Amino acid sequence: MTERVKIAIVGSGPAGLSAAGRAAASGVSHVLLEQRDHISDTIYKYQKGKLVMATPDILPLRSELSFQIGIREEVLGNWEKQINGLKANIRYNSEVVAITGEKGNFTLKLSDGTTLNAEFVVFAIGLQGNIRLLGVPGQDREWVQYQLNDPDEYSDETIVVVGAGDAGIENALALTKQNTVVILNRGSEFARIKQGNLTAITAAIEKNQIECIYSADTVRVDDDGIVVKTPQGETKVKCDRIIARLGALPPRKFVESCGIKFPYSDPSSLPELSGQYESNVPGLYVIGALAGYPLIKQAMNQGYEVIEYIQGNQLKPADEPLLEQKFANIPGNRSVSEILAMLQESVPLLSGLTTLQLREFLLDSNVHAPRGGDVIFERNDYTNSFYSIVDGGVNIQIDPEDETKVVSLGQGEFFGEMGLLSGRRRTATVMASKPSLLIETPRRSMIKLINSVEAVKRVMDEVAVGRQIQTYIAPGIPLQDLQDLIRTVKVEKFEQGAVLFREGEAGDCLYLIQRGSVTVSREVSGKEAVISYVAAGNYVGEMALISNAPRSATIRAAVAVEALRLDGVPFQALMGRNEAVRRTIEARYRGRMLENIETTEQPEAGGIIQFLIEQGLGEATDVLLIDEALCVRCDNCEKACAETHQGTSRLNREAGPTYQTIHVPTSCRHCEHPHCMVDCPPDALRRNANGEVYITDSCIGCGNCERNCPYGVIHMAAKPPKKPGLLQWLLFGRGPGPGQAVSGKWGPDSNKEGGAPKPKKAVKCDMCKDVLGGPACVRACPTGAALRVEPSEFFRVVSQGL
Amino acid sequence: MHQSILVFRNFRYLKWALSVAAVSILLYVVHEPEYGLPNGGTLLGYVLGTFGALLILWLMWFGIRKRRYGAGGAPVEDWLSAHIYLGLTLIVVATLHTGFQFGWNVHTLAYGLMMIVILSGVFGLFAYLRVPELMTNNRRGMTLVQMMREISDLDTACREAALSLGDEINRIVLKASQNTRIGGNIRRQLSGDDPECATSEASRAVRHLADHAPPSQAEGFRALMGLLARKEELLSRARRDVRYKALLDIWLFFHVPLSFALLGALIAHIVSVFFYW
Ligand SMILES: Cc1cc2nc3c(=O)[nH]c(=O)nc-3n(C[C@H](O)[C@H](O)[C@H](O)COP(=O)(O)OP(=O)(O)OC[C@H]3O[C@@H](n4cnc5c(N)ncnc54)[C@H](O)[C@@H]3O)c2cc1C
Ligand code: HEM
Ligand code: HEM
Ligand code: SF4
Ligand code: SF4
Repeated sequence: MTERVKIAIVGSGPAGLSAAGRAAASGVSHVLLEQRDHISDTIYKYQKGKLVMATPDILPLRSELSFQIGIREEVLGNWEKQINGLKANIRYNSEVVAITGEKGNFTLKLSDGTTLNAEFVVFAIGLQGNIRLLGVPGQDREWVQYQLNDPDEYSDETIVVVGAGDAGIENALALTKQNTVVILNRGSEFARIKQGNLTAITAAIEKNQIECIYSADTVRVDDDGIVVKTPQGETKVKCDRIIARLGALPPRKFVESCGIKFPYSDPSSLPELSGQYESNVPGLYVIGALAGYPLIKQAMNQGYEVIEYIQGNQLKPADEPLLEQKFANIPGNRSVSEILAMLQESVPLLSGLTTLQLREFLLDSNVHAPRGGDVIFERNDYTNSFYSIVDGGVNIQIDPEDETKVVSLGQGEFFGEMGLLSGRRRTATVMASKPSLLIETPRRSMIKLINSVEAVKRVMDEVAVGRQIQTYIAPGIPLQDLQDLIRTVKVEKFEQGAVLFREGEAGDCLYLIQRGSVTVSREVSGKEAVISYVAAGNYVGEMALISNAPRSATIRAAVAVEALRLDGVPFQALMGRNEAVRRTIEARYRGRMLENIETTEQPEAGGIIQFLIEQGLGEATDVLLIDEALCVRCDNCEKACAETHQGTSRLNREAGPTYQTIHVPTSCRHCEHPHCMVDCPPDALRRNANGEVYITDSCIGCGNCERNCPYGVIHMAAKPPKKPGLLQWLLFGRGPGPGQAVSGKWGPDSNKEGGAPKPKKAVKCDMCKDVLGGPACVRACPTGAALRVEPSEFFRVVSQGL
Repeated sequence: MHQSILVFRNFRYLKWALSVAAVSILLYVVHEPEYGLPNGGTLLGYVLGTFGALLILWLMWFGIRKRRYGAGGAPVEDWLSAHIYLGLTLIVVATLHTGFQFGWNVHTLAYGLMMIVILSGVFGLFAYLRVPELMTNNRRGMTLVQMMREISDLDTACREAALSLGDEINRIVLKASQNTRIGGNIRRQLSGDDPECATSEASRAVRHLADHAPPSQAEGFRALMGLLARKEELLSRARRDVRYKALLDIWLFFHVPLSFALLGALIAHIVSVFFYW
């Protein structure tokens, strides 16, 4: 007979565990299903001894289980003891593979073929997904593994690494030190991997340190090796060990197969949930990381709450005090739920949000109450947050020369979306026009929202198109006069390297770059030569429209690009109607003609631009370059960085490529759309007004950013103890000298100051935002070889000749 | 793209230095000592001497400033540019201070040391201006570590290629791989060459033996000679790199210790003039 419970909880991460704990404590019939033979697989897989952080500190914990900052082993050990003490009903090795039925009568199918009945199901399966297995006979042999913790554990073995992604390559490279390594690549080359890994693996293969079998499909695993099929036929690769790194299947597939809807295909899209975590399928609940709450404490709170909600108990969410605090400066003594209702009423953009989404949105946001005349942000700031006007209004100064030219926005409208879209400097200064109430939302929450709520995306897109055309093409022209043009606009996306249009084609449209940047190139003696670079917020393609000639150059996406495609006909009509627009566009046209002539005469400038684009400058906002004709290799820049940043240099001078005498060291590019920000659970990566991307103290050391940065500039490091001063070193030899590598007593692992182990956190270049006088690397360079440049400015200088 | 330390800020510190020198010369020309010839003991002598001594202290402070990485104020580039130009003005200031009265005494010792320090500085400046570009061109985008790694890879490849070519060749190649050195003592480093390079020797020997090798081994010999030639080329580039780095560093081993010696002699000088007076 099939077992029957009231609540089935799937996944024993912090969310599911806490739910089971609450269910057990309140005596509800329940079962906790975990696919592995231990609790909390995600945390189980953290590095040994990793310090588990309990952020945000201000959020109270509401759970039958305890949780505070501690090392991984302690945290897991405690939970295991406590959950057993509560006599929760846990079934290990029980992967749920399908759920059918409806509220009151769900059937859960487990991987061992058994089934289970439940009235309610709580999904708490996290985001890690299921590791992709080889999918061939023999995949479960004991020497076939899907993870590699410590490459130094193995020696003198023949190891086959399956999978040519970053993880596979990194493992293969690490294993070559002591083993013979063969890597299987399904493709005929290495695609979509980090530049550093590509260079390293290509070199290793060339030098016969690693054997690579291309276009290889695995057939089966035998007793003594793995059988692969290649275009040349089947062969067996004998080996002692197989390490398969094939990525993970996102859990979303499974969740969707149970009927739960996600509004968009974008990976950051979240399932739509009610204020009580219930999905669109009644009786199916989603909590934890999968619901968009990527921190342990939040997950635990939701586990507790969801059980209460299912039992019909009302309770205030644990984040209530946080919201109360946020709303402290909203006048009138209103309760949180009253304020939430008021906000949805006064800001149409937010009206489509569920209560849960709104709460999350507000938890990340800040409420400001500026007085009339207060500046909200300034033109050229690099901030990327988004503002909604709850009450009052703002003036946007659209003309840098004339402060009186303003566009006014009032209650219910929003602004700041252009910085968000382009990742570049603010295009206008915004001031409160009267006492107002504004909500400021950070970039990440806004992106999540845009990708999760259809209505938000639609409204944002519409407004953004109009405003961009107004700002970049037709300043000062009222929106209604632009409708003809706006109607034809399509947002087009281009992958890195894709062509927007080609030299010689007929031109019937114009592209306004909304995000990313493009290169302009021309055919010179049979080869495509780059002549310049165009950043977001500019348009390309006007030349053909003005001169009615074919395209005079090829435009390629330097990085992933989003561009607004404007139809030629209404655009030409606009120029015909409006004298001022025509004049500015023609002026730009003449400028570009000249520039083209200049750079075509300077082929070496094109080479430099091409090289720098390859180094990621197309998406950079500020980058460190070294002029090797001046650099005396004293490494003072690195020493300065280490000395001003807890002993770890965030730049590696010597690493990185050189073209002619321009060297691009390994250091942060402060990207327009930082890859490192994509997956940071506590949203610790931020950008401030000067553009620097930095890491706040809320970092939990998960290492996602280190993996996500394509330029390899983030490290995980612990804070070393404070070093004695320079004079103490000079006079008495105390401590390590300036810029000397630190280890031992003064090193990061030192426990000189006593106390708990120190957490390793992500560190990266913060452009010395806290150092007197600005970037220490540049200030410490004795010969002026190190310089920080803003790419568009630099490219302009380059194309006019060095 | 951008300018050398000399042109820096449109010669701002050169202008300062020239003004200091001009004022000193002017004073020297107009100044009439109360008695005797111009020398360090006159009023002007005291003024110039004191100024010179302060300048020396300030020049030495650069060593500290350079290491105070978090310090605000002018960037190190400003400091170095000023250091160079004002360091050079010392030649004028101190010489005028002496009134050209030299002898075999501690005073002239201080003066002499100062001149050597300045000279080493001029050498360093020359190296700083010239060497970086040579170094960049020589490296062709590689780092020294990468060159070394490639050399050791070539080494392995050479030994493998030698396996089928008989004992004699194997011995030669093995010797080459064990005895090849890059760098070494200061002289070696600065020469940027190794006249007794084991790899070059091996290369010669292999070429010689290749002439007498049976045709069946011709292919193997060609491969080995190619590898050795490539290794030689990399070795000479690596050695040149070492030489350049040495040129950039070596003068500081004179410049700094001699600065301290100068400081000592200067103190002795000042103390002694007050005693014997
Ligand atoms: C390296 C790293 C470090 C981190 N450090 C911290 C930190 O210090 N502090 C912090 O607050 N957060 C940290 N996080 C984030 C935190 O780990 C997650 O937010 C949290 O684990 C999410 O909890 P969860 O319960 O939603 O899901 P998970 O913890 O991912 O748990 C999901 C569970 O469900 C199981 N499961 C999945 N599918 C099925 C299925 N079909 N059937 C049965 N069981 C299934 C899994 O095996 C797993 O045990 C870190 C994350 C990483 C990757
Ligand atoms: C506080 C700074 C100084 C003071 C008070 C000082 C004082 C004097 C005096 C009084 C004399 C005359 C001595 C004599 O005629 O016997 C003298 C001479 C001299 N000083 Fe200085 N001096 C100073 C700095 C310097 C410096 C910086 C140098 C160069 C490094 C220098 C080098 C000389 C020399 C070479 C002489 C000539 C010695 C001689 O007459 O034989 N002095 N100084
Ligand atoms: C008496 C005069 C001088 C004194 C006492 C002096 C002293 C010093 C000191 C203490 C340093 C610091 C070195 C270090 O710690 O790394 C230094 C560096 C240097 N000096 Fe001088 N100096 C003098 C004159 C000059 C002159 C005349 C020149 C050039 C023409 C010069 C060029 C340099 C250079 C290039 C550096 C190296 C900067 C660096 O690499 O950071 N110096 N000097
Ligand atoms: S850390 Fe990497 S991804 Fe993040 S801004 Fe810097 S270069 Fe870009
Ligand atoms: S900053 Fe990096 S390591 Fe720290 S929490 Fe964010 S993604 Fe993880």
